[in-house]
Amino acid sequence: MGKRSVVPFGPQHPVLPEPIHLDLVLEDEKVVEAIPSIGFIHRGLEKLIEKRDYNDYMYVIERICGICSYMHGMGYCEGLERIFDVEVPDRGKYLRTIWCEMSRLHSHMLWLGLLADAFGFEALFYQCWRMREKILDMFEASTGGRVIFSVNKIGGVLKDMDKNMLESFVKEFDAMEEELKRLSDVFLTDYTVTSRLKNVGILSKEDAILTGAVGPMMRASGIAIDTRKLGYAAYGDIDFDIITSNACDSFARCEVRIGELFQSFNIIRQAVKQIPDGDIAVTVKGNPSGEAFVRLEQPRGEAIYYIKANGTKNLDRARVRTPTFTNLTPLVKILQGCDYADVPILVLTIDPCISCTER
Amino acid sequence: MAKLSKSPWIMHYDGSSCNGCDIEVLACLTPVYDVERFGIINTGNPKHADILLITGGINTQNKPVVEQIYSQMPNPKVVVAVGICACNGGVFKECYNILGGADQVIPVDVYVPGCAARPESIIDGVVKALDILEKKQAEMENKASSEE
Repeated sequence: MGKRSVVPFGPQHPVLPEPIHLDLVLEDEKVVEAIPSIGFIHRGLEKLIEKRDYNDYMYVIERICGICSYMHGMGYCEGLERIFDVEVPDRGKYLRTIWCEMSRLHSHMLWLGLLADAFGFEALFYQCWRMREKILDMFEASTGGRVIFSVNKIGGVLKDMDKNMLESFVKEFDAMEEELKRLSDVFLTDYTVTSRLKNVGILSKEDAILTGAVGPMMRASGIAIDTRKLGYAAYGDIDFDIITSNACDSFARCEVRIGELFQSFNIIRQAVKQIPDGDIAVTVKGNPSGEAFVRLEQPRGEAIYYIKANGTKNLDRARVRTPTFTNLTPLVKILQGCDYADVPILVLTIDPCISCTER
Repeated sequence: MAKLSKSPWIMHYDGSSCNGCDIEVLACLTPVYDVERFGIINTGNPKHADILLITGGINTQNKPVVEQIYSQMPNPKVVVAVGICACNGGVFKECYNILGGADQVIPVDVYVPGCAARPESIIDGVVKALDILEKKQAEMENKASSEE
């Protein structure tokens, strides 16, 4: 038995832009235990519901996280739409689906870039982020914002995209898909990349269930669950498969996310083809009363929104359970027994979003 | 002296930001904006940094971390508060756990507003910081020569 020592990781660490602190208990070069401590970004957003009315809170909930901001706003709006018992017009639903998939594209490309950066492949990091900028340009063209674009409202969406815009987006996505094929070859076949990812951080199917993994983390352990299959927004009309892998390691997580990128292109193409004409929103009046649960598939996994209204303009509760929070338990599990040098990559493979987790 | 302003090294710390400004800071480094062509490098080590970019407000948990990072940076140093949350708390101002902007704990030289701050304005803020950096360096040199 080697000598035990404790090495702190974070809160300020070059590999992650966000602060998380881990106490790594090492035995020689092996990690025996990882103890996470969080709270560096806790702001207390859920309590802010007391000071904001239910329309204003939409802008607060979008700022839980700048990467998944669109979907946070959408989950909140879906919840209130259920309480008000209003149906979003079909065009609004399709627009939401398109923006959701664009969010997934930019989030997964961001992750691929950060992963490349974590194992020191800077050229690959730049290529991924160069592609991601094109999606941000599309966001800006269609909504006016690059990362936070408050385009949801209770009852629908605020902005429409015309036919020309949608078709130009599809053309751009076609070109992007070709480029991504070249990039994904590097991730999936390059010797340097695969040797850093394969057989590292294995989370078996049983452990994934036991620790409650969600999203790509769970799908990379061979469990086919995707909340989009519940058919919220326009996902009910769209044909897509759940992408899984049975390899259970870091490489599998990378593979699943790359598969989801290609799938998102497909979903957007289908949505653009099927999008009906008509209104994009319905007007909602009065104060909500009642409660609702919403489940959404965010880029990082399943998010749950619970909203409770009491008939006044201030809600009683707006609770969010974010995917990264549930993925911290599997992270602690895969860190046990790994090499010290693999820690940054393993932390990244769960695609951590600390500001979602701590709110 | 020109050495410093021609290749300033940047250090980024995420206070309690929503990630929006953080990814825009990172976006500055990537091919579209590419600040590395000006000699700006993002470093993870406060002891190598000239400019501290801080995003997000200050809360009780990260207050000592921010103070420590600032104190570890060598003089002369400049602090740029990126995003409205780092300027004064922004949307989160009324949250119970937010003490306010970055200037609550460390002296801030340049304020970059925006939610999220755009890469163009972040680069603009850093360019403003370079002048201040040169001024601080000149002051330090004057002080040193007058002591001699």
